[in-house]
Amino acid sequence: MAKSYSVLLAEARAEVPELTPAEVDRLLVASPDVALVDVREASEWERAHIPGAVHAERSHLERDIEAAVPDRSRRVVLYCAAGIRSLFAGQTLRAMGYADVASLAGGFEAWVGRGLPTTAPAVLTDAQRLRYSRHLLIPEVGADGQARLLESKVLIVGAGGLGSPAALYLAAAGVGTLGIVDFDVVEASNLQRQVLHATDRIGTKKVRSAAATIAALNPDVRVVGHEEVLGPDNVDRLIAGYDVVVDGTDTFETRYTLNDAAVAAGIPVVHASVFRFEGQLTVFRPHEGPCYRCLFPAPPPPELAPGCSVSGVLGVVPGVMGLLQATEVLKLLLGIGDPLVGRLLLYDALEGSFTELRFRRDPTCPVCSDAAVEARAAGR
Amino acid sequence: MSTVRIPPLLRARVGGTKQVELPAGTLGEVLDALASAYPVLRSLLFAEDGTLARGFRAFVDSRDARLTGGLSTPVEEHDLVVILPATGGGGGGGGA
Repeated sequence: MAKSYSVLLAEARAEVPELTPAEVDRLLVASPDVALVDVREASEWERAHIPGAVHAERSHLERDIEAAVPDRSRRVVLYCAAGIRSLFAGQTLRAMGYADVASLAGGFEAWVGRGLPTTAPAVLTDAQRLRYSRHLLIPEVGADGQARLLESKVLIVGAGGLGSPAALYLAAAGVGTLGIVDFDVVEASNLQRQVLHATDRIGTKKVRSAAATIAALNPDVRVVGHEEVLGPDNVDRLIAGYDVVVDGTDTFETRYTLNDAAVAAGIPVVHASVFRFEGQLTVFRPHEGPCYRCLFPAPPPPELAPGCSVSGVLGVVPGVMGLLQATEVLKLLLGIGDPLVGRLLLYDALEGSFTELRFRRDPTCPVCSDAAVEARAAGR
Repeated sequence: MSTVRIPPLLRARVGGTKQVELPAGTLGEVLDALASAYPVLRSLLFAEDGTLARGFRAFVDSRDARLTGGLSTPVEEHDLVVILPATGGGGGGGGA
């Protein structure tokens, strides 16, 4: 026998218990494990939703709920705009085996009417929603994460073999401000690996070449060019205000200068270096992990420290390492995953292997040890 | 036996050898055996006071040997000893 809407609604009410906004609020505080699921349309979710909720709109609920709430024994509270769609959604979840499902009576409107907190996801333009759509689909990034990337500032020191791929992918990812420090001009011998640049830019300043490439790739990104040599006199000014620094330099002197200033400023440095077929990668996060001087207190003698212009390098190796640097930068900016803090990844291209080595802060480090920090604070 | 991985930076000095099998013992004993097999490495790997030379770190079983006893760190059978040189190359990057 055909059922009317009122009958269907009555059946849903009988099957799915309803909780008032105050009850749900208390429940969320008392039981953090409760899964709060917003079943409204995406446009409604994007305007505002309840903090801590996950989104699984009713039209795709059967498909999406298993990913959003894999554990069917977990307590689930559903809400929609007015508390009707969530009742029907509750019936669906019960049919799918979710044991403990409730619906927010009066829905989001009642929640707002009680003055309970809401949150609005970051607002992206339609063009940004399209450009970053593959990021928006990842729960670990989403609109909030993408907005965070757009507000982030990353300094890339060296627009060379490491800095090129790092800059390209960070720009593509929508990191809003990319500072680039490099004093060199593009040379023909750079182009085997420095993919930021191009043949028709030989002789052009690398910073300008990088800015042109990045502008063509992603107009959301502001490039701040620093056509100067990073050294003790300007390093503090150059790194100030950046969230993360990418170390893509090619001398020990610069690496130590950058490390010391970044530790003092509390800015994480994503470090990589290459030699022929091999690369090293790690993240120096001040005071949470070791710094460059903890790893290598002193540089090797000059005869054991050839640069790429002397020893050569397979062009793809800095490409691989620069992309891994960009990956670590994104993890730091988004606050996701396990950054390579206190871990060094060794890439052997010929062997096709990665080796992970573990190291710690040096309690006697002249830069990041507690004693060094105290001495700096005291002006010593 | 333990396996000692020779870093690419030093391979040209040892005929391209990538890794060698050496009897287990302490890290100091293993590196000394390495330097006996390839005398050219002795002055590069060891400082005058017998410690590991500057610009190199050694890892036993993935752990920084400095945290596990330095050259006294035990190297067990089948352990991998990694000699890690500081590498400055950035693929050509300016910035310095």
